[in-house]
Amino acid sequence: MERKSVKRLLGVLVSLLLVAVLVVGCTGGTTPEQGEQEKKIGLVISTLDNPFFVTLRDGAQQKADELGYELIVLDSQNDSSKEYSNVQDVLQQGISLLLINPVDSDAVANAVKLANDANIPVITLDRGANGGEVVTHIASDNVAGGKMAGEYIVQQLGGEGKVVQLEGIPGASSARDRGKGFMEAIEGTEIDLVASQPADFDRTKGMTVMQNILQAQPEIDAIFAQNDEMALGAIQAIESAGRQGIMVVGFDAIDDALQAIKDGKMAATVAQQPDRIGSLGVEYADKVLKGEQVPTYVPVDLKLITKDNVDTLD
Amino acid sequence: MLNQTKKRDWSVFLRGMQSVIGLLGLCIVLSILTPRFLKWGNILNVLTQTSLNAVMAIGMTFVILTGGIDLSVGSVLAFSGMVTAGMIHSGLNVWIAILVGLVIGTVLGLVNGLAVTKGNVPPFIATLAMMTMARGATLVYSGGRPKSNLGTAFGFLGQGKILSIPVPVIILFVVFIIAYYVLTQTATGRYIYATGSNEKAAKLSGIKTDYIKLLVYAVSGFTAALTGMIVTSMLDSASPNAGNGAELDAIAAVVLGGTSLSGGQGSVVGTIIGGLIIGVLNNGLNLLNVSSYYQQLIKGIVILVAVLIDRRKR
Repeated sequence: MERKSVKRLLGVLVSLLLVAVLVVGCTGGTTPEQGEQEKKIGLVISTLDNPFFVTLRDGAQQKADELGYELIVLDSQNDSSKEYSNVQDVLQQGISLLLINPVDSDAVANAVKLANDANIPVITLDRGANGGEVVTHIASDNVAGGKMAGEYIVQQLGGEGKVVQLEGIPGASSARDRGKGFMEAIEGTEIDLVASQPADFDRTKGMTVMQNILQAQPEIDAIFAQNDEMALGAIQAIESAGRQGIMVVGFDAIDDALQAIKDGKMAATVAQQPDRIGSLGVEYADKVLKGEQVPTYVPVDLKLITKDNVDTLD
Repeated sequence: MLNQTKKRDWSVFLRGMQSVIGLLGLCIVLSILTPRFLKWGNILNVLTQTSLNAVMAIGMTFVILTGGIDLSVGSVLAFSGMVTAGMIHSGLNVWIAILVGLVIGTVLGLVNGLAVTKGNVPPFIATLAMMTMARGATLVYSGGRPKSNLGTAFGFLGQGKILSIPVPVIILFVVFIIAYYVLTQTATGRYIYATGSNEKAAKLSGIKTDYIKLLVYAVSGFTAALTGMIVTSMLDSASPNAGNGAELDAIAAVVLGGTSLSGGQGSVVGTIIGGLIIGVLNNGLNLLNVSSYYQQLIKGIVILVAVLIDRRKR
């Protein structure tokens, strides 16, 4: 008796699920346009749970709509092996060009080679690829950005003081490059780097790591966080510890950070233009597909945002 | 008595069939929704993608059959992959480097087993500790940087093909055959089931349950390391973040395959089916262009529904 009803319930659940998959599948996929077959471009993106990359995706999507391309977006969830699978899957879908925003510059090489083998041109966005053939690389210069932040701190502190750095995901090239630029800026000054620890580009970790550092360091003049999420986490830690006079500089210029600068909680951030990286990606994809020559590197401008110019931004 | 065992065989068979039916249903729906699903190239992709998770899930099945759990597999994967990459960089013979990686994984598994048996630490805690330790060790050993360019000989493991079948798929097949044989045809296999269904009774009947537990954690460590070899070879790069969250996919495959988390019931056949369901779902949702946000939602629902059905049946 009971078994029967359970089975019926089971049947209903499974069919519901299949319908759900079907509906999502149909609505999730872009509807094919009338007549002319649209050219497809694949975008394999490192993660979509970070506002920066969501903005990058939006920029690309907007440009694709404008130029009449269908954009297929796959999310690698910060996992290189997932990225490899995604490239395999997107190559099955008849794309004519692959835009890829790698999880890691080294580990993406074989995925790029997959596209090379299928004769699909590849453009890298934001992070480069250390292998395989890439038509062009579109990114903001993270080393220059790190240096920009470092120089600002040096200038504000008058060339001396105790500084803390919050690092991004160990091994991520953006973390390496921003750190490198920052170290270049403070080298040869009287700035003392008293602590430098990874907080994985994560706000919660930024807070907990900063709490620990605050315990250990009685004197801190400035913090450079390699992204805004960590910077905002650090600000929370500083506030709840009741410490004063610590200047926080972030990177990425996400909305929350801009607000924090307006509120005077944060000193500065380095603005990348993720939407511009995305839209330039599609723009250059269009050029490549039309057979035009493109440069091997397309730099996207960075900008230091402080209280003085934050209002001019939006 | 005889009647009862017959009935039990039947229900075990049914439980196995239920996941097969689920898998077939999924495949049918997907091939209706997208013509690209059933292409040979795509099928090979699905199998290769599945093999990464399934090899590890087979080891996990051994552990779960004894009523344990192994949360450390993702980190063990990363550490053994990283050490092998390091050995190759230092000029060691590729095969010896692989052997070293596999031995390390097995030893880490043994440590888990020792903590569980001799230390009386609950498996969840023992392997949680190992998960953190092995990840830490990976970061220490690599300095947070990936190790790449490992050469073509090593690349064969993840990228090579034998008679147009990808090597990872062949590895999965071999691992599966061995696991199936051990679990169904040997005394050790019976002892594993006995330990899981009633440890006290097993002990009283003379089974060295501690030895059996040591063995299953070692097996799980070995298969995690083997997966580490495949992933590292596939990407030609050992990443310090490799296998983050991989334990969850492995456990999901085991559970989807109808193996009971309380031990004593289940099979590696089920695990392969479970792994395929996850692999097909990942691939299919990608082909259907379903947003990654919905993908995670759907996968979660599938796992929950499958386990609910399984629970009700008992």
